[in-house]
Amino acid sequence: MDTLASLRDEVLAAVGAAGSLADLDEVRVGALGKKGRLTGLMKELGGLDPEARRMRGQALNVVKDEVAAAIEARKTDLEDAALDARLAQEGIDVTLPPRPDGVGTIHPISQTMDEVIAIFAQMGFAVAEGPEIEDDFHNFTALNIPPEHPARQMHDTFYLPPHADGTRHLLRTHTSPVQIRTMQEQAPPIRIVAPGRTYRCDSDMTHTPMFHQIEGLVIDRSTHFGHLKGCLIEFVETFFEVSEVPVRFRPSFFPFTEPSAEVDIGCSRKGGELTIGAGDGWLEILGCGMVHPNVLIACGLDPAVYQGFAFGMGIERIAMLKYGIPDLRTFFDADLRWLKHYGFVPLDLPTVTGGLSR
Amino acid sequence: MKFTLSWLRDYLETDLPLAELADAMTALGLEVEGIEDPAAALADFIVADVVTCVDHPDSDHLHLLSVNTGSETLQIVCGAPNAHAGMKGILARVGTRIPATGDVLKTGKIRGIESQGMMCSFRELGLGEDHAGIVELETDAPAGTPVAEVLALDPVIDLSITPNRADCLGVRGVARDLAAKGLGAFKDAPVPVVQGSFDSPVSVALDFPKGEEGACPMFVGRFIRGVKNRPSPQWLQDRLTAVGLRPISALVDITNYVSLSRARPLHVFDADKIAGGALTVRLAEKGETVAALDGRTYEMEAGMVVICDAAGAQSIAGVMGGEPTGCTEDTVNVFVESALFDPLRVAHAGRTLQIDSDARYRFERGVDPASVADGAELATALILEFCGGTASHPVVAGAVPGPRAAIAFRPERVKTLGGLDVPAAEMADVLARLGCAVAVDGAALTVTPPTWRGDIAAEHDLVEEVLRVVGYDNVPAAPMPRDPMPKVVLTDAQRRRGWMRRALAARGLTEAVTFSFMDSRVAGAFGWSDPMLKVDNPISSELDVMRPSVLPNLVSAAARNAARGIADAALFEIGPQFDGPEPGQQRLAAAGVRTGKTGPRHWGAPPRAADAFDAKADAFAALEAAGAPTANAQVHRDAPAWYHPGQSGTIKLGRTVLAAFGALHPGVVKKLGLKGRAVGFEVYLDAIPAPKKKANRTRPLLKVSPYPAVDRDFAFVVDEAVEAERLIRAVTGADKALVQSVSVFDVFAGPALGAGRKSVALAVTLQAMDRTLKDEEIEAAAKTIVAAVEKATGGVLRA
Repeated sequence: MDTLASLRDEVLAAVGAAGSLADLDEVRVGALGKKGRLTGLMKELGGLDPEARRMRGQALNVVKDEVAAAIEARKTDLEDAALDARLAQEGIDVTLPPRPDGVGTIHPISQTMDEVIAIFAQMGFAVAEGPEIEDDFHNFTALNIPPEHPARQMHDTFYLPPHADGTRHLLRTHTSPVQIRTMQEQAPPIRIVAPGRTYRCDSDMTHTPMFHQIEGLVIDRSTHFGHLKGCLIEFVETFFEVSEVPVRFRPSFFPFTEPSAEVDIGCSRKGGELTIGAGDGWLEILGCGMVHPNVLIACGLDPAVYQGFAFGMGIERIAMLKYGIPDLRTFFDADLRWLKHYGFVPLDLPTVTGGLSR
Repeated sequence: MKFTLSWLRDYLETDLPLAELADAMTALGLEVEGIEDPAAALADFIVADVVTCVDHPDSDHLHLLSVNTGSETLQIVCGAPNAHAGMKGILARVGTRIPATGDVLKTGKIRGIESQGMMCSFRELGLGEDHAGIVELETDAPAGTPVAEVLALDPVIDLSITPNRADCLGVRGVARDLAAKGLGAFKDAPVPVVQGSFDSPVSVALDFPKGEEGACPMFVGRFIRGVKNRPSPQWLQDRLTAVGLRPISALVDITNYVSLSRARPLHVFDADKIAGGALTVRLAEKGETVAALDGRTYEMEAGMVVICDAAGAQSIAGVMGGEPTGCTEDTVNVFVESALFDPLRVAHAGRTLQIDSDARYRFERGVDPASVADGAELATALILEFCGGTASHPVVAGAVPGPRAAIAFRPERVKTLGGLDVPAAEMADVLARLGCAVAVDGAALTVTPPTWRGDIAAEHDLVEEVLRVVGYDNVPAAPMPRDPMPKVVLTDAQRRRGWMRRALAARGLTEAVTFSFMDSRVAGAFGWSDPMLKVDNPISSELDVMRPSVLPNLVSAAARNAARGIADAALFEIGPQFDGPEPGQQRLAAAGVRTGKTGPRHWGAPPRAADAFDAKADAFAALEAAGAPTANAQVHRDAPAWYHPGQSGTIKLGRTVLAAFGALHPGVVKKLGLKGRAVGFEVYLDAIPAPKKKANRTRPLLKVSPYPAVDRDFAFVVDEAVEAERLIRAVTGADKALVQSVSVFDVFAGPALGAGRKSVALAVTLQAMDRTLKDEEIEAAAKTIVAAVEKATGGVLRA
């Protein structure tokens, strides 16, 4: 028994003294391996009588378990220490800049269109589109602008070369031709917005030869001027994300609507800074009105049955007002510094319920 | 349209403040563009008494004044020759801003003597050009009184009049509108009739072919004998000056005054210069000329109307009078013209001849047809008043066009179209105040619009009038009736466009919006050839043709960015390209350009030059974002000519081209001003097949094998011309059940392989759905793969 107790003490001491996993394994092999000393004692059990073998076996197993546990514990300690040592050597300079991702931006015109569409979609407006090269009928005549009408002079029209018959196509001066095409193709009730590129032969501080508009059209049997007001006031309050924006409807003139109105929103110019909301100033943002009976007739609709409203506004203008972008011309310059600054994060898809913008 | 407040009060009895009148004008649709109130700039100027005036000791023309301000006495050096003791003048004290210069007055030293202020001339106050001396006020106001209270300052109102409101191109029309809204009483005194004392020696004939009489329905003339064309009275000169017109002479000023007051254009001939004593109004002959008052000679075209004498065409009717028959200082006998011309003909003549005149502006918008006689009477009365002389009996040719048609007006339309409840009686009042004749017939109204409101022609026009006068502000806003839960409103194509846009931006491309037109000198390189796509009146020669591709404007944009120091550009745009000149021949394309390197220099990710595979990845990402079936797409080597012939391709579904990509042709890039290389892509959104309609959003069941996958690498030596995609397709098709994926991990060419040969290394993953693959099965699959590649490409396994 003395031999077993001293062997136990000796092995446990060796386990405790093992300085590496290799040393520890040597101790394990020396004690528990095929030719290990404890294994050797186990082999001697066969020569004992049953009672002595049982007693001796139990004692040996206790020691064997104890040694195995000690080796396992020591192994864990040594592994932890080795890991700590490795980690200590693996330090990096975490202040170095990470690898660049290069995320692009969404142009303010696209983002603003998405915002406007999100709002009108909530009110049941579909999105209609039409060609940018137009004929005279859709851009002017059907919109109650006959050839000699002074209102044609308000549109500086780009023309394409004349056809053999003298007619010529033009670049649409507004998105209103989409109204005509929609009414020609679709029976009322109609609720659409039509965003897109428009063109006027004008270029200075506040005009670019191409710009964007969004048109709205509602045609049914009962929509009246009060609905037009309600619709646009709701739009303005939602779009600008400012509480209490004063909205003013001013009588105006467009050949394709009657009554017609221009819509102003309240603003303040205190200290030279333009702020949308209550203030002492007004800013014009869009034109609108009840669709003129002649327009309905041009589209084959009976004005005694159908009525409705239309509106049109400049996308760049409302984007400039909402986001404080100072110069219209910069929208089309594709200056990367400008696009990064005024552009939008690609994943910011505007929704009315999730917020139009950050 | 500019006028002064006192001018408005000639026609409107009101004591309301200007601000209230201005708000009402805007609410009526007469938009106030601006109000210039001269009193505002003069707030700091005061009346001052010149107590003493002595000569400056060191000057032969300067005076030393001592001036009483009412609270102190100042010493002022003054150069005005009319300065004298005892006068009342206008004083600017130190710190006052002088309107003429914008400078703030400081204490000065003039020839050694301090000056503590300035006595002002009218010009210095911004009140005209008079600078002959300082202002001498005829007033009892004590020193210290603000000058604005002493001078009769008349604020100027500037209105923007919409094209339908020709009647408001005269002050009287504005007054009538304001009165209709209840802002005062309309002063509508009838125009006095001047009795003539002899028959006019000048006759007038309207000479039009049958059916064209509408070109000039009526002409009233008046001969006035013995006038003296002197300057017009000061009050008239002041009004004209205030609205930006230069007073010229009484005869000219009178026509301007009547035009501005009553929207009634007039012309005055020097009667002694009318050859033959007869005027004829007729259609112009093509090629005949008129020497106009602006000093230029115009060639007439058919359809225009001219006023002629025996010597020929003298006046472009409704647009501009002629120089040879115009009035001068020496004019003695005049012939007044008050006429009516067809708005369309005037517009056509004015536009063709490029003449902008006040007469054209009014005639083309529509002059009150009933104003012809009144205009002649008023002009005659004013000429007699200012210039003396005696008037002939009127010469009348033609007649006022027939009466206006009555409109049946259902008052309920104001509610059903305008959304506003107004009692019918109030509507009738409003319309009557606007000049309509209103007859009540039970529940309906019969309304005859006044002659001056050509824009009122139908019931909806009357609805607008009622709404406008009662006020748009009073229309209650009504919510749009709508479904309780919004529906999906975007079409598949619209949704795909949005996904594509945001996917490209997320890949590092920045969205740009560039013009739809480009330079025709470069457009040919992008496939443009149709002259019908050129813009007839381009804004500049660099923007003279509709773009055949979105790419060139993006390359130009990259060049501009490079010039600003940003050489590594990654831009995209989703917009139209124009395949033909008819509506609908535009195609929507998403195009992108990358120039320079893939990123900035970086310690951990060294950048490389952007290459065709970046463009290919962009194109595929765009297609995948749009839901295109890219797994079935094939890449071909037939990109358009603006790509590098050896480094470009198209992505096709069958024969449909979905996209093109690659390095851009260096020659084309250079033409667009970009130094260095560029790669790009174009994706044609309309070519992507519409997604299959699905009954629901259920996805197919996920099938994954529970058995292990095996990776095997193969390196094949093939002919250099063999495309990688053929190898991949051969491997994929070799055993469709087992081959799960194939990727290319190495491409290598070298002398060891022999000339014209290359090695392509593929990693192949094999896996069965129903069992663990045994070694023999894997070996058999490998043999099948090698055989398939050999059959398809002639490639052999590299030793």
